[in-house]
Amino acid sequence: MEQIEFDYPAANRRIAKKAHVGVVGSGDMEVLMEPADGDGAHVTITTSVNGFQDSWKAVFDRFFSKFDGAVKIQINDAGATPGSVLLRLEQAVEVIEQ
Amino acid sequence: MSTAENFPAFVNRKSFIELDGRARARSLFDEGTAKELVGPFDRVQSPWLPLQGVTPQADDGCIVIKGKIGGLPAVVVSLEGAFQGGSIGEVSGAKMTAALDLATRDSETGKKTAAVLLLETGGVRLQEANLGLAAIAEVISSILALRRHAPVITVVAGAVGCFGGMSLAAGVSSYVIMTKEARLGLNGPEVIEQESGIDEFDASDRALIWAIHGGEQRVGIGEADALVEDDAEKITSAIRGYVQAGPPSEHRSEQVKLNRDRIAALDTSKQIDPISLRKRWNGNDTTGGAR
Repeated sequence: MEQIEFDYPAANRRIAKKAHVGVVGSGDMEVLMEPADGDGAHVTITTSVNGFQDSWKAVFDRFFSKFDGAVKIQINDAGATPGSVLLRLEQAVEVIEQ
Repeated sequence: MSTAENFPAFVNRKSFIELDGRARARSLFDEGTAKELVGPFDRVQSPWLPLQGVTPQADDGCIVIKGKIGGLPAVVVSLEGAFQGGSIGEVSGAKMTAALDLATRDSETGKKTAAVLLLETGGVRLQEANLGLAAIAEVISSILALRRHAPVITVVAGAVGCFGGMSLAAGVSSYVIMTKEARLGLNGPEVIEQESGIDEFDASDRALIWAIHGGEQRVGIGEADALVEDDAEKITSAIRGYVQAGPPSEHRSEQVKLNRDRIAALDTSKQIDPISLRKRWNGNDTTGGAR
């Protein structure tokens, strides 16, 4: 198990809602997305698969190139592929932007 | 072939099994009445899993939602089968026990509150062994306290099934609802094979497993009450019926003499087959599940 954290200080749009999607089941993960305490976005990942920090970074760089919400994101991961990670993130965004 | 009526009913039905634990629980309530207790954002998760290198889940795989079912107060406790096999740890066990105890307290003060347990679980979480075992004992005693006032309805929908200590919780429930896909048993197939050998039970023989543990057989021998199709609406309506009915006059687990006599009368000198057991114990329904 590994803990990874990222900051995206440029993501500053205020967000009002929370979203929880996904399950910590094999090949899947859960996302808890909620308004950030201060400015910028903060990501905390707990993953069962070690050594993929660069892949996580690439996924979140891409995610925050399109999304500018000041959110706190917590991920509990049980081996989701990068594609599934992005889909779960987009699903969470869909909930908070509703 | 584009209009809906050309499709068979099973294509149009909304599957219950395909829903995750939270969606299953939510689907049971009257519209606008559901309120989740100790949800994922409360972050009451297992303190033990990370210590053993296992990723925890923010709700520990146990979803508790309160609201109304068919206009009556009810609490639903749903175990998420995809997270650690729906296993019971310290936190998920405490959530279940607390939910049952609050329902008992409400029922004692005049607001009868039914409990619905959606069990998809292999039983005790091995990483939290003793705490999980203690949790099972607490859950069972809480069910026994509540069922005197209001019904405790267990639903085993599948595909995980309900095994280990939580099968005891199903056993002391007021009513058990199963689908054909679901399995219910104390020891799971692999445990039996491991402990007693492949001659006793071949855990790779799916037909055998479902003929023994499957919903049809469990209902057929009277260890579960209703066999319902995997259809969210049909399952909800079966639950509503039992919530309305209230607790039975005698619970299954109180029928000690009946069950002792049944077991005493069995001829164990030859292999008993599932269908003849159904005939002997329930006398009627012997359709399906043959092998």
